[in-house]
Amino acid sequence: MSEPRLAMLASRVRVEEKMLLDAFARRHLDVELVDVRRLVVDTHRAVPAWGAVLDRSLQLSHALAALRLLEDRGVVTVNAHQVVVNCSDKVVTTSLLSAAGVPVPRTLVAFSVAGALEAIEAVGYPAVIKPPVGSWGRLVARVNDRDAAEALLEHKATLGSVAHHVFYVQEHIAKPGRDIRVFVAGGELLCAVERVSDHWVTNTARGASTRNRPVSAEIAELSLRAAAAVGGGVLAVDLLEDGERLLVSEVNHTMEFRNSVDVTGVDIAGRIVDHFVAAARLGAPPESMALAVNA
Amino acid sequence: MISAQCPECEATVPCDDDTVVGEVVPCPDCGADLEVSALRPPLLVLAPPEEEDWGE
Repeated sequence: MSEPRLAMLASRVRVEEKMLLDAFARRHLDVELVDVRRLVVDTHRAVPAWGAVLDRSLQLSHALAALRLLEDRGVVTVNAHQVVVNCSDKVVTTSLLSAAGVPVPRTLVAFSVAGALEAIEAVGYPAVIKPPVGSWGRLVARVNDRDAAEALLEHKATLGSVAHHVFYVQEHIAKPGRDIRVFVAGGELLCAVERVSDHWVTNTARGASTRNRPVSAEIAELSLRAAAAVGGGVLAVDLLEDGERLLVSEVNHTMEFRNSVDVTGVDIAGRIVDHFVAAARLGAPPESMALAVNA
Repeated sequence: MISAQCPECEATVPCDDDTVVGEVVPCPDCGADLEVSALRPPLLVLAPPEEEDWGE
């Protein structure tokens, strides 16, 4: 059987994409780097004969459209379109996690300023408000009192796009100056890091530093359950420590990992490529094959 | 070592030999973020500003 033709969909080539290209090269695997901005798909014709595409698009709207078009034309994609849908919108992610019994911070979703104010008062101050779609900690706000809540909501309603008119309101978790990011690929846990910051937002894009986090049985079990709840694939599960309990705050679908390789000693790019190639050879992501067999 | 001209300030911007299309390099003179648009010959364009749905 011939090897499937492999491609990596990207736009800006960051450190992570270079690490992935290097991992392909170390395995003597040919991979075509495809700039999504130059991709044109004619819906009446076949797409290039890629067996599998690894998505590393920076722009969510591009990823969603491209993955759907490729999947519908028989290309195996990692991650799958539905997984990106499930992870990219926090309303969807939290709904899926909660429905699957995965512990999450108390979260309310409202659809008007009045509803959002009611939701904030219900979870109590401080409350956290996040845009349903957003990354790198952008526009995540901690609201300490009613005055701030009213001001923030008025700004969102007046200045925000329609995407900001769905209000995602969450209880504030007094985490101990860090959160935990767990890397998962194909139902296997790769490693975990602590993201440490003096600021309450602990994204590395906002200056947090990373250090290795030994993986307890509880972290492993919770992370794999969260990954399965969104459909599996190559994922980063973010956990919050709330005293003795662990909560899943979000699941990321095209994660950055440059700051997590040296501290964990795990070749994350290599493990991603291994998972991707396994999916390509199976003709489907391993998890969906398992689901199909079990159906 | 290859090099190309900064479209913002016309400085000569050096690029490593393993530079790939899509990579972003800063201009050493004006500090603009420049995206490698082509390699043969090397061409730099101003990198697009971050948009709301960028991220992970």
